[in-house]
Amino acid sequence: MNVFFRKLSRDVPAMLGLTIVVVVLVLAVFGPVLAPHPQDVSASHLLRRLKPPSADYPFGTDNLGRDIFSRVILGARGALAIALTVVAAAMVIGVPLGLLAGYRGGWLSETIMRVTDVVLAIPQLVLALALAQLMSPSLESAMLALSLTYWPFFTRIVYAETRRLSSSMFVDALRGVGAGTPRIVFLHVLPNALSPVIVRATIGLGFTILVAAVLGFLGMGATPPTPDWGLAIAESRTYLPRAWWYATFPGLAILITVMGFNLLGDGLRDIVDPRIRRSR
Amino acid sequence: MARFLLRRCLLVVPSLLGLLVVTFLLIHAVPSDPAVSMAGEGATPEQIARLRQQYGLDQPLWQQFVIYLGKVAHLDFGESAFSHRPVALDILQRLPATLELTFAALALSIGIGVPLGVVAALKHNTWPDYLLRVFSVMGIAVAAFWFAIMLQLFFAMELGWLPLRGDLTATMGRPPTITGFLGLDAALAGRWDVLVNHLRHLVLPAVTLSLGGLATIVRFTRAGMLDTLQQDFVFYERAMGYRWLRLVWIFILRNSVTATVTQIGLLFGGLIAGGVVVEAIFDWPGIGSYTVQAILTGDRQVMLAVTLLVGAVYAVINILVDVVHGLLDPRLMEQG
Repeated sequence: MNVFFRKLSRDVPAMLGLTIVVVVLVLAVFGPVLAPHPQDVSASHLLRRLKPPSADYPFGTDNLGRDIFSRVILGARGALAIALTVVAAAMVIGVPLGLLAGYRGGWLSETIMRVTDVVLAIPQLVLALALAQLMSPSLESAMLALSLTYWPFFTRIVYAETRRLSSSMFVDALRGVGAGTPRIVFLHVLPNALSPVIVRATIGLGFTILVAAVLGFLGMGATPPTPDWGLAIAESRTYLPRAWWYATFPGLAILITVMGFNLLGDGLRDIVDPRIRRSR
Repeated sequence: MARFLLRRCLLVVPSLLGLLVVTFLLIHAVPSDPAVSMAGEGATPEQIARLRQQYGLDQPLWQQFVIYLGKVAHLDFGESAFSHRPVALDILQRLPATLELTFAALALSIGIGVPLGVVAALKHNTWPDYLLRVFSVMGIAVAAFWFAIMLQLFFAMELGWLPLRGDLTATMGRPPTITGFLGLDAALAGRWDVLVNHLRHLVLPAVTLSLGGLATIVRFTRAGMLDTLQQDFVFYERAMGYRWLRLVWIFILRNSVTATVTQIGLLFGGLIAGGVVVEAIFDWPGIGSYTVQAILTGDRQVMLAVTLLVGAVYAVINILVDVVHGLLDPRLMEQG
């Protein structure tokens, strides 16, 4: 574990990513305390509509006179909640399927992996949008739709790892001493397959924030007056080009947050598997 | 070569079939009645029942699927519930605009991305390399719809250099449709003013769409180049006095782009899917804005058809990628 942190701390981009992720986490948890105008979740102040950035309102105000800086801070919680729920749900579906397919083999494994391939070939954004819309547009539908399209990534990874591990010496030894299948799979194979899963989950968090922002932007996610970043950008379009700050800052928040998760994910991957360098 | 191609093509059929089954199930598993939404508000129960019968929605799901499959085999994707035109016709009409945009974005990504990747590798661990690495992380992390709006804000609204949306200034007469590709049609009709105007409309959406791919291509080209630069043949050829630039841009690059080619293939599908939002923002009259419209109105026939189309494009591109791999590295072809 110590070696792990020492390696991570020497990787400047990864540390930058970690810092961003920690800041976003802090904002998500303590947002209402840290935001200068926490009542601006729902309050409106028509006297100070669309004011440019100033000392009082660093990011300016929106069409209802709300402080955009506060709303960007308050939006962190929603974005992170969606991302964590979606990735967790995708893992709950994807990881067991990967274990099953990888350890069992035979027709069951073939079926699972073919379905996985097929779902991977579906344009994720299009399907997520379609499902979210058909299930009546709401945050819950959006999250369900994203989970239903993201699980195959985990199945692929866990499958490959399980295949590799189940033919390894130590699993043979475990079988030899009479360990049962559930014991081998959950106590020995799963923990050893976990690091690539964590890497994928980190990158997946960033990716999900990005897709969720698209859903919010198209009006299929959060509903007003929720301080959602994607939704804010959609609302800002009516007030362009006059209120440039309205669209700019929520977008920057998305960019920096997603970058944080990607940088951290890349750094973790370099440690876990130095041979591959890529991210989605 | 022929056997290799044939086998790859035959493998496409079951995977497209699977794609159709999964999409069909997911879209139909959703608890909403298409007949009700088609009939619109204030429809009587009789009207809804008639619609349900007309579109075969009263039959069991598997029968609906078999009927749909039979139609798809004849390239009949049903009728759009809202435009009341055959979906295949709508798609065919809008496909050229999407292809134009996609290829323009792809050309930008490759044309800029590969040289930048090479430069990053040659300047490994100096400031151009760091800069490009930061850029490539940002390119993947940026929300395309936001970037599109920023471009519109700056280049169209503030500076007024480029048009805000659409594919042609409304007051300009369209050239007669020959190929469906507006730029090509304009050139064929000798309408150079239309061509220039159209290309000016193309710039902002193409730049937006190219960004993610550009970042990916820089990344993979850089990684590939770094690997190849360490190989013995590079050392040998340098020692033999080959001109360095010739060596880099021909011999080393060719040996470095295998992973990049794979990524370009994957990108192509991604570009078509990513184009959905970009097209909607720029009012580009292609498949993307059609899809968004279909999604917003709950038009299932269109959703199914578009998903299948993107899946088919993926499949074809994957075959092309394998062929290009074979051409770049003939050793792969022999292994089949």
